Amino acid sequence: MIAYQLSIFAENKSGKLAQITGVLAKEKINIRATTIATADTFGIINLIVDDPKSAEAVLSQAGMTVHLREVLAVLIPDTPGGLDNLMQLLYQEGININNAYGFVLESSKKAVFVVDVDQMQKTEKLLEQKGFKTLDVQSLSAM
Amino acid sequence: MYWEKNLETIKRAKLEDLQLGRLKDTIGRTKKSYYYGRVFKEKKLGLGSVRKLKDIQKFPFTTKDDLREHWPYGFIAVPKDELVRMHSSSGTTGRATVVFHTINDIAVWTNLLARCMYMAGMRRSDVFQNMMTYGLFTGGLGFHYGAEKIGALIIPAGAGNSKRQIQLMRDFETTAVHVIPSYALHLSTVFEELKLDPREDTKVKIAFLGAEPHTEKMRKKIEEIYGYKAFNSYGLSEMNGPGVAFECPEQNGMHIWEDSFLVEIIDPKTLQPVPDGEEGELVMTSLQREGMPLIRYRTKDLTRIIPEPCPCGRTHRRIERIKGRTDDMLILKGVNIFPMQIEKKLMEISGVGTNFLIILDREGFNDLMTVKVEVDRKYFSGEMKQMETLRKKIVEELKSEILITPKIDLVEPDSIPKGEGKAVRVIDNRKD
Repeated sequence: MIAYQLSIFAENKSGKLAQITGVLAKEKINIRATTIATADTFGIINLIVDDPKSAEAVLSQAGMTVHLREVLAVLIPDTPGGLDNLMQLLYQEGININNAYGFVLESSKKAVFVVDVDQMQKTEKLLEQKGFKTLDVQSLSAM
Repeated sequence: MYWEKNLETIKRAKLEDLQLGRLKDTIGRTKKSYYYGRVFKEKKLGLGSVRKLKDIQKFPFTTKDDLREHWPYGFIAVPKDELVRMHSSSGTTGRATVVFHTINDIAVWTNLLARCMYMAGMRRSDVFQNMMTYGLFTGGLGFHYGAEKIGALIIPAGAGNSKRQIQLMRDFETTAVHVIPSYALHLSTVFEELKLDPREDTKVKIAFLGAEPHTEKMRKKIEEIYGYKAFNSYGLSEMNGPGVAFECPEQNGMHIWEDSFLVEIIDPKTLQPVPDGEEGELVMTSLQREGMPLIRYRTKDLTRIIPEPCPCGRTHRRIERIKGRTDDMLILKGVNIFPMQIEKKLMEISGVGTNFLIILDREGFNDLMTVKVEVDRKYFSGEMKQMETLRKKIVEELKSEILITPKIDLVEPDSIPKGEGKAVRVIDNRKD
C-alpha cells in the first residue's frame, strides 16, 4: 500500500514552520510525523498527515510550494530489533533509502517506519511477500 | 500593414533629406533654450554649422547630469505657456529628470505610438488592457494615447492588483496588453494560483513588453506561458517615452523611427561614433520636438544597429534589443557584469522560476555575489537531492558566463518582493 508524504519547500527562516502548522491547525488536519532536511538557506519539510490531499490544497492556496510524494509506511514492532529486520531485508535486496523516519503508534507494541526509496513498486511487493504490513492513507488516518 | 506607408517605407536618401531639414529646424529651436543658447555661443555653433547630417558630430553631447543641473526649466525652448504636459523619468539612477511637451509634441508622440502598435498588429477592433502606471511615468499615458488614436477599446487598468487584471482580461475579452516583462511573469503565477491557464482562459494575442530591458529567452518564456506574440518596445522619457523603437512582425530588432530621431552609436569610452553593426551606446537627437528638444542625448543604453534591410519593407534601421545600460554594469573583482547576462543564463535552466535578485556584499577586501533564485513550483518534487542538483547547476552555469562563482540561494516562488514598476535586480551593499 502506498502512503503520501507532504513535502514543502521553504526558506530557512523563523516563522516558516509556524505558518505551516497554522494553516493545518485551522483546517483541523492532524500531523502524525515530521522531519526537516536543511541545506544552508533552504529546507524541505516532510509531513505525514491524516488527510494529505486536503493538506496539499490548503497549503498551496496559502502560496506554499508543496509536493505530494509517494512513500511506504511500514508497520514494525516497537521492540529491540524491530527496525533491524526491515533494514537487513532492504539491504540484502539492494534497495537504497533516500529518506526515512519513524514514529511510535503504541508504546512497546507498534511503530511506523516511513521510507522513501527509488524502486517503490518493487519494494512494496517485496515487503508484502516477506510479511510486512504497509499502511495506506486510510489506515494511517484511522489510527 | 503600415500606419503611414509613405513614411515607414521612405527611400533612405529621401529620409536623410527629411532628417537634415528637421535637424536644422531643431538647431534653430534649441538655441532659444537657456542651456543650448549658452553652449552654442561658447562653442560658436549655430544654424550655419549644419550642412549635412554628419555635422551633428560637431555638437557636444547632452547627458542626464546636464538635465539635472539645469533642472527644471533650463532646456525649455518655448515660452512656458505653450507647455501642456510634463513627465518624469523613473529615477532608477538618481534624481528624476523632467521632460516637457507642447500640444504638438504630444500629437507627434501619439502618432509614433499608433505607428508602433499598428505595426505589431493592433487594430480598432482590439480590446487593449494597459497594465502600466498612469502618471509621471511615460509608459501608461503614452500607450493610452497611441491606442486611442488607432481606435481600440482601452481598459486603463494601470499597474498592479493582479487578480483584478485577470478579471478584467476575462470579463472584457482583452486581446492586447501592455506589460512590464517581469510583471508578466509574476502575473503567470497568479493565473496558476487561480487554477487558470492564460492560453485557454484569455483571448490575448498581442503583448507589448516595455519599460524594462529583457532577454530573448525571457520573451520566449512569456510567449510560451501566454500563447501570445510579445513585441519588444524601446523608449526613454528624455525622448518622449515609449515609441522610440519597436519590433515589427519579424520580431528581429526594433525599428527606430528615424523621421523623429537622429541616431548615433558611440563607443562609450572614446565617445567616437562606431560603424553600423558595432555595439556601443545609443545617442539620439530629437528631430520633431518643440518643448524640450535635445541634441546628442546619451541614453546610456547599449545596443547596435542591424545594418541589413528588414524583410517587412520598413526602411528605418533596426536596433538590437538593449543589452544593458552603461550604468547598470556591475564591477566585481574587476570583472564587468551586466544583470542581463545573469538573467539570460537563468532563463535557460529548467527548474528556475520567474524572478531573481542579485546581492553584492563586501567582506574585508573580497566582493561576494549572492543570487536569490526563485524555484519553479512545478519543478519541486520533494527531494533534497533534486534541489541540490539545481543549485549546483545554477552555480556552474553562471560561473561559465561571468567567470565568478556566485553563491546561489534557492527561494520560494513569488517570495522576492515585486513592485509595480521596474523590477529591482541588484542590491549593492558594498560600501566604498
